[in-house]
Formats: sequence, C-alpha cells, structure tokens
Amino acid sequence: MDPINFVYLAAILFAIGSAAVLTRRNAIVAFMGVELMLNAANLALVTFSRIHGELDGQVMAFFVMVVAAAEVVVGLAIIVAVFRTRQSISLDEPAELRG
Amino acid sequence: MLDLSWLLIAVPLASAFFLLVAGKRANKWGHWVGVAASGSAFLIAAIAFFQMMGLDSQDRAATVTMIENWIPGGELNLDAGLLVDPLSLTFVLLVTFVGTLIHVYSVAYMETDANRRIFFAYLNLFIAAMLLLVLADSFLLLFVGWEGVGLASYLLIGFWNFKPEYATAAKKAFVVNRIGDIGLIIAMGLMFSAFGSLDFATVFGGVSGASTAMLTAIGLTLLLAATGKSAQFPLQSWLGDAMAGPTPVSALIHAATMVTAGVYLIVRSADIFNGAPTARMVVAAVGAFTLILGAVIGMAKDDLKKALAASTMSQIGYMMLAAGLGPVGYAFAIFHLVTHGFFKAGMFLGAGSVMHGMNDRVNMRRFGALRAAMITTWVTFGIGWLAILGIPPFSGYFSKDKIIEAAFIGEGWQPWVFGGAALIGAGLTAFYMSRLFFMTFHGKARWEDDQHPHESPLMMTVPMMILAVGSAFLGLILATGDRFVTWLEPVTGHVEHEEPVLPVGVLIASTLILVAIGIVVAWRKYGAAEVPLEAPAASLITIAARNDMFQDSVNRAAFQRPGQHLTRTLVYADSALVDGAVNGTAAGIAKTGEVTRKGQSGQVRGYAATMLIGLVILVIIVVQGGL
Repeated sequence: MDPINFVYLAAILFAIGSAAVLTRRNAIVAFMGVELMLNAANLALVTFSRIHGELDGQVMAFFVMVVAAAEVVVGLAIIVAVFRTRQSISLDEPAELRG
Repeated sequence: MLDLSWLLIAVPLASAFFLLVAGKRANKWGHWVGVAASGSAFLIAAIAFFQMMGLDSQDRAATVTMIENWIPGGELNLDAGLLVDPLSLTFVLLVTFVGTLIHVYSVAYMETDANRRIFFAYLNLFIAAMLLLVLADSFLLLFVGWEGVGLASYLLIGFWNFKPEYATAAKKAFVVNRIGDIGLIIAMGLMFSAFGSLDFATVFGGVSGASTAMLTAIGLTLLLAATGKSAQFPLQSWLGDAMAGPTPVSALIHAATMVTAGVYLIVRSADIFNGAPTARMVVAAVGAFTLILGAVIGMAKDDLKKALAASTMSQIGYMMLAAGLGPVGYAFAIFHLVTHGFFKAGMFLGAGSVMHGMNDRVNMRRFGALRAAMITTWVTFGIGWLAILGIPPFSGYFSKDKIIEAAFIGEGWQPWVFGGAALIGAGLTAFYMSRLFFMTFHGKARWEDDQHPHESPLMMTVPMMILAVGSAFLGLILATGDRFVTWLEPVTGHVEHEEPVLPVGVLIASTLILVAIGIVVAWRKYGAAEVPLEAPAASLITIAARNDMFQDSVNRAAFQRPGQHLTRTLVYADSALVDGAVNGTAAGIAKTGEVTRKGQSGQVRGYAATMLIGLVILVIIVVQGGL
C-alpha cells in the first residue's frame, strides 16, 4: 500500500480532532480531540520516516508520546480542579480572562 | 592674635548651633550664652585692634587661610581665608560692640517671649554671618556671609511669624534681597571671566589690565547687589516692612550693620570702581536719589519704626553717595557708617523702649509728652537726634558734614547735583527727625486709655546710654587729627586735599541754617501746635510719601503682574505642549488597548480557533514558499 494514504489518514484524523476541540463544550471530549490531533501528528511523523527511510521521524514520535502523557496528567488535573470549583466542565462557562 | 580671627566667626556660630539644639532645658539661661558669645567676639576684636595699632600702617593687613583648596575646580582654585585689615576690623568692632549691647538689651526686651532662646540663636547666627561677610578674603566667601545675613534677617523679621503680615514681610525682604544677590552672582561670573579668580588680591591686582567696559559691568552688578542689601533705590521697598521684626533686630540688622553691607561692598571694591567712572557716578546718583527719597518718606510716616527705617534708607543714601564719589568719599562713607551705626542703633533701642512702655504700639500720633515718663529714653534718644541732625559737636556733624563737603568736590554738573542733594537732604533730615522726636517726646499727651508709659529696666537703658555716649563723642574722637581717615588709609588710599566748588565755611553754615529751619518748622507744627490724632488730608506728595512713594504698587505693576502673566503662560505651555505630548502618547496607547482587548474573550475555544487559523496560515506560507 502506498504510504501516502497514511498521510491522508493523518490529515483526516487531525481535522476530526480539531473539529472536536472547536465544537464540543465538554472539556473531556475537547481533550480527547487534542489527543486525536497529537496522534495524527505522530502518524504523519512515522509515515514520513518510512517514506524517506530515515529514523528521525520515529524518534520524534516517541518524544511526542512522552509529552502527550505528561500533558494528559496536567490536563486531567486541571479539568478535575475546574470541576471541583464550578461543578461543571463546560468550556464556555469560565471566561474570567476576558479582557 | 590675628591668626585666631577665625574664632570671631566660630564662637557666635557655635553658640547659635548650641542654642538651637539645646532645646527647652536651656530656656532659663540660653540667652546668656548668646550674650557671652557676642561679648567674647568683641573682646577678640578689641585685642586684634590693639595688636594692629602696634603695627606700621602698611603692615596692617593680614590674610588668614582657613581652608586650603576650599573649592578646587579646574581653573578656579579658591582658598577660604580671612582678610583682617583696617576696613574689615572697623566693621568687626562695630558689629560686635553694637551687637553685644543689643544682645544685652534683648535679654530684657524679649523677657516675656517664650522663644527667647531661639531669638538669641538667630542673633548669634547673624553676628557670625556678618563677620564672615566683612572678614572674607574673596567675593565667594563674602557671598556666603552675604547670604547668611540674609537668612538671619529673614528669620528675625519673621520671628513673630504667627502674624501672617509679619511672615509676608520676611518673605518680601528675602525675595527683594535675592534680586540683589543675582547682581553679586553675575558680578562674580564677570570677575571670573576677566581675572580668572575671585579672591580680592587677584581681582584688585588685575584691575589695571581689564577693559573699562568690563569694570563698568562689574561695578554696576555690584551696585545691584548693594542696592538690594542696603535698601537703596530701586530695591528699597523691603526695609519698611522689615520693621515687623522685634525692635532689637531693627536696631542691629536693619539700621546699624547688615543694611550697610552694600556700602562695605562698594568700598571694598574701590579698585574696580576707581577704574569705572560711569559705574561710580551711578552709585553716587543712586545714593543721592535714595537719600532724598528716604527723607521724603520719613517726613510723612506716623509709624515710629517706619519713620526710622526711612531715615536709615536716607542715611545709607549718604554713605552710597560718598562711596560713589570715589577716593575722596570712601573713608567718609565708612565714617558715617560707623557713627550712624551708633546713633541709629541707639534711637532704635530708644524706640523699643518707648514701645515697651506704650504696649508695643508705634503710632506717633498717640504718643506725645513722653519725656516726663521716660527721662532716660528721652535723653539718650535726644542725643541720637542731635547726632543725626549733624549738630556740632555730636558725631553726625563730623561724618555727614564731610560727605556734604566731598559731594561738592568735582567739575561740571556733578558737584552741584550731588552736593545740592546732600545739602537739601540735611534739611529734610532735620525736619523729619525733629518731627519724630517732638511727636514722641514733646507736646501734649495723646495716649490711649490703656497706655501707661514707664521707664524701661536698666538692662535696656544701659545699652542706650552707652550708645548715646558713642553718638555724642565718637565723631569728635575719630575726626580729631583725621584719625579715622588715617586709619583707613591703607585700604582706601591716600587722597590729596581738594577744595569744594563752594568755600567750606559757606557749606557748613548753609547746612546748619537748613538744619535749624528744619527743626523750627517741625517744632511749630509738631511741638508747639496740637497734633491731630488722625493723619489730616494732605497734598499728593504727602499721600505718596505715606504710601512709600507707591513703591509696592509700582513693583506690582511693573514686575509682579508681568511676571505672573509670564508664569501663567509658561504653565499653560507646559500643560498644553509638554504634558500634552506625554498624555497624548499615554491616551493613544490606552485607545489601542481598548481596541485589542475586545479580542480577549476569555473563551478557550475562541483561543483554540485563533491558534488553528494561525497554524493553517503558517502551513500555507511554508508550502507556498517551498520551504
């Protein structure tokens, strides 16, 4: 199979992820969209690595995974904290930083 | 002993400092510290005087360096030193002697004042500053003393500053003096550019190499300084108001010593004025004008102290006139200054004694017939009166008559104008001083009901007696065999005798006749006749004189109003242009913020959308750019 199809798949996954982040009010779902975007990027990295026959992209993918794991920890902690203070995880409600 | 002359300044200064920091616990005895400081300064001065008398006349000048390299600054390298010569020593003796007597007098005069200790601290500060002024060996150090006496004068005029008009009077004196000080600063700048230094030796040594224009400029700026300090036209307006200070202050600072500092400055700078005949002529003209101006104001004043202040202005006019006459007049300017210091201080102390007995009131229309109630004051004041009139053999005769004679020396119009002014001034002096004397001590009693005149305590009358003795005999003693002129000769130079344009006998006779007319007119109007309790309606000139020749109105119209308009314009320009630029920048930035803050919605998804759009744009740029 032509590896370019994986690039298309990565693009589709990224679009789905960003659509989830932009349209969903639920913080958990938006968070899942972020994960989807990260994994789409990973898939693109690995695919390009395969196309070019080099290992750089695969190494980068490992870094992304580690960063994603750390990000999940922080992100979920923030969501829990927000829920504790507001009894809600809607993304539209907190707007204290409005200028 | 001359090496110890710095003690003259240090002792009163230390005493002033001590009295200021000692606090309330020194209230009981602090004034005696002040008296002792002034007295010991006089003792040091007396010892220095006798030591100097033992020297040959050409050796009678010693410079004592106090601080080497006082001001090291590039081309200007100045030591702070004291110049002890016959001229400065004359001043030192006058200041410390009269000063000590007035200190003693003040102990009684200020007895009921809660701040007597502070008063003595200021008096001591004044003595120290005045001695620094006359002993300085450079114009810059002189300027330090010059400002010091200005400060002391300000503090003492405003000593009772809980009365707003007294505080205003102090401020007025300070501000008017400041205008004169600018003259001295400019003079120092000119000297530095012309001679490269400010010490007397270098400046006076370099006079022969300087251009006449430069010397004239220096002379005129020095004259401006002198008019400020000595209350001469056009900066005379502060002296009358300065009478707000306690009477001993008026006697010491505003009659005997500080106001004569201008005369000292001119005589000290004799070398400069000798090279600038125009400047010297202006000095004489200012003196002649002020002596008439002061006399006319004195003729109309009903306030005892203000009449005496006008008289001081007029008498200093005589000294200025003499100083402006050049070498023939310098010694007589100082001679008159010394005798005036005695008789005017004595009369001011007498005025203080009168006020002491009359509930501190000064309206002469409510005095009269005080000679019976205060016999000592009457006698001592009377001697001062005879002295200022120039009745022989009292001291004023020897000094003032010499000035009138000197004013008649010369060629062209000058002797007639200056001599005429001095001669007429003598007649006017006789009138206004006799008016003052008769209104206060003779005629019928016009006291208010609550006034019970009584003689002052001995502590006040003894200084008056001593000054009266000086007023009576000092002139005779100093004039005999030209002692005083010879004493000053090392400083003022030897002068060949010149004949006035009129015979001396005619001058003396006409002076005495004018004086006699003045006394008789004053007696008929204020001694023999009834003095109205309210000032009667009078001619325009009298009204003008009662209002100090409208000097305040003139100053207000000519300087204050335009000055205020100028500052208002500057304030407007400042707020419109300078502040406008700054505030405009700030407002612009705030406006930008107002617009951009709209983008900060606080909505997480909004930020996410923005980031995504940015990302897409970046990708498009990268792909299109082929990177």
